[in-house]
Amino acid sequence: MTPHWISRPEAIRRLWIAFGLILAATVLAELATHRHAAIGIDAVFGFHAWFGFGACVALVLLARLLGFALKRRDDFYER
Amino acid sequence: MSAELLLAPAGALLLGAGLLSVVDGRARQAVLLGAPIIALWLVWQADGSAAPLRYMDLLLTPVRADRLSRWFGTIFAFAAFAAGLFALGQKSRLELVASQAYAGAALGVVFAGDLVTLLVFWEAMAIASTLVIWSAGSQARAAGLRYLLVHLLGGTVLMVGIAGHFAATGQAAFDALGPEAPFRWVILAGVLLNAGAPPLSAWLPDAYPRASYSGMVVLSAFTTKTAVYVLLRAFPGEPLLVWIGLFMAFYGIVYAILENDMRRILAYSIVNQVGFMVAGIGIGTELALNGAASHAFAHILYKALLLMSAGSVLAMTGRSRCTELGGLFQSMPVTTTCGIVGALSISAFPLTSGFVTKSMISDAAAMEGLSLVWLLLAAGSAGVFLHAGIKFPWFVFFQKDSGLRPPDPPPPMRAAMVLVSLPCIGIGVLPEPFYAFLPYNAGFVPYSGGHVIGQLQLLLFSGLAFFLLLGLLKRTETITLDTDWVYRRLGPALAARLVPIVARTWSGTESTLTRLAGRGLNALAFSYRSGSLARTRESGTVALIAIAALTLYLIVGYLSAMR
Repeated sequence: MTPHWISRPEAIRRLWIAFGLILAATVLAELATHRHAAIGIDAVFGFHAWFGFGACVALVLLARLLGFALKRRDDFYER
Repeated sequence: MSAELLLAPAGALLLGAGLLSVVDGRARQAVLLGAPIIALWLVWQADGSAAPLRYMDLLLTPVRADRLSRWFGTIFAFAAFAAGLFALGQKSRLELVASQAYAGAALGVVFAGDLVTLLVFWEAMAIASTLVIWSAGSQARAAGLRYLLVHLLGGTVLMVGIAGHFAATGQAAFDALGPEAPFRWVILAGVLLNAGAPPLSAWLPDAYPRASYSGMVVLSAFTTKTAVYVLLRAFPGEPLLVWIGLFMAFYGIVYAILENDMRRILAYSIVNQVGFMVAGIGIGTELALNGAASHAFAHILYKALLLMSAGSVLAMTGRSRCTELGGLFQSMPVTTTCGIVGALSISAFPLTSGFVTKSMISDAAAMEGLSLVWLLLAAGSAGVFLHAGIKFPWFVFFQKDSGLRPPDPPPPMRAAMVLVSLPCIGIGVLPEPFYAFLPYNAGFVPYSGGHVIGQLQLLLFSGLAFFLLLGLLKRTETITLDTDWVYRRLGPALAARLVPIVARTWSGTESTLTRLAGRGLNALAFSYRSGSLARTRESGTVALIAIAALTLYLIVGYLSAMR
């Protein structure tokens, strides 16, 4: 069957470009909004962007680490 | 008095469950959808305390209605209706009967004015929900038994707490249990077990995904959220709950990241979301409590929606592992769209229900000066998008094409998904009417420029992390060990070892014992006449000894049957 247009390489490249533009826009929009910091550190420019990104990277790495110790084949309890 | 009891909101669903066990065809569908509508109407008729009755030394208040109980009653009745619509084609009568009884019992807890009524409905929920799991067939039997045992344990702990509290205070009223209330920790432990709190949270991802495509929708709505309700009423502002809640939030994320089965991913994410609510209850200001109550409301909607979407995929393909799915957006547009609406709502995207509810909890943390809690809540929110917001729709509906082309499910299931999608968006777009009914008096303005931009940054950069780390997130055909390993592997293994040892020791000592028994009987006969056994003991002590012996016997029995 023919692949859906969305899974063609050039479409994926365009989606990435659009995604990058949206990301940049959300950070730049911070310049145009008045915001008051909730706890202080979040007044740093682009705080939510880098904090969200960093939190996710940390969580994925933590999960990988835990996975090394606790992952089993999915028929572990049936065997 | 009895007329008042019949008009209790729980009554409509319990009566409906009874009817469902005998009627068929159109009448069955009418009861399935009609009983929740009547229950919803009764939720709004109930006001104040009604139907007080005296049972032995107890003054019971089977029905007590206020803003908090009506808040939860409303969403429970709506969830029962939506789940009934989704299950309209469900062939298992047992599942439908048990589901409606389960929803009724949940309403019973929510409108209970005293701890004894609460306990009765609490146990009824455990039994009814076990039947929902078991109705899915033989593959659900073992997990259902484990689920039942864990909940009977939790129910017993709760009963000990309530009995102790009553013995010490002579009061059975179900109100806030302050720091000095006797047995409050025992009651708290019993309630937390149902919330999916550590260390026994594994019952949830173990059992719920064994239910049928429609059964898990029902299960997701009631047990954990009645626990949230009881925590809101009895333990607001208990500081320990902040940390228990945060632990649950991160536990859910990490385990969901590692999980392959789509419905187990969503099960872990229930623990994650309830974690936010529990943390909010721990913060304890009126804003935080409103946040927890409204997040429970919103969560019941979007989690039901996500599980309907996953249930549709399961019903149409028979598969639920991410490694066997993908590319379904091409043939299941309604299921995909509704799944994405649920995913955006759970991630708290602006203009969805999750955004206008979860922000209250974070803001309350900031207002109380709890900077670390605020940061952890923000990290948790980023993690929600990672493990549920993108992971679920991406691996099920997109990623690489599995070649499967199942159609969307039959009309009632599609209708149920659309019905639940509407408030997920509606509450997010127009929060004011929703806020007007909030149980506590704290106003909130969710939409400010800074709030929206901050949340968009947080979520979209989490999305960036997801796609950049896709290699590390690739699904494998694995499960992740949890604390249930203790009673699924360690316990049975120990019991299996113990049996031959006991048998050997027994046969060796049997002859000795027979000899000793002769002498013992003589001594016994003597003590019955004039020795220690002739003394009257307090019946409480005797009961305690009997309970201890029976408990020991049960534990060994369960462990050897657990495998």
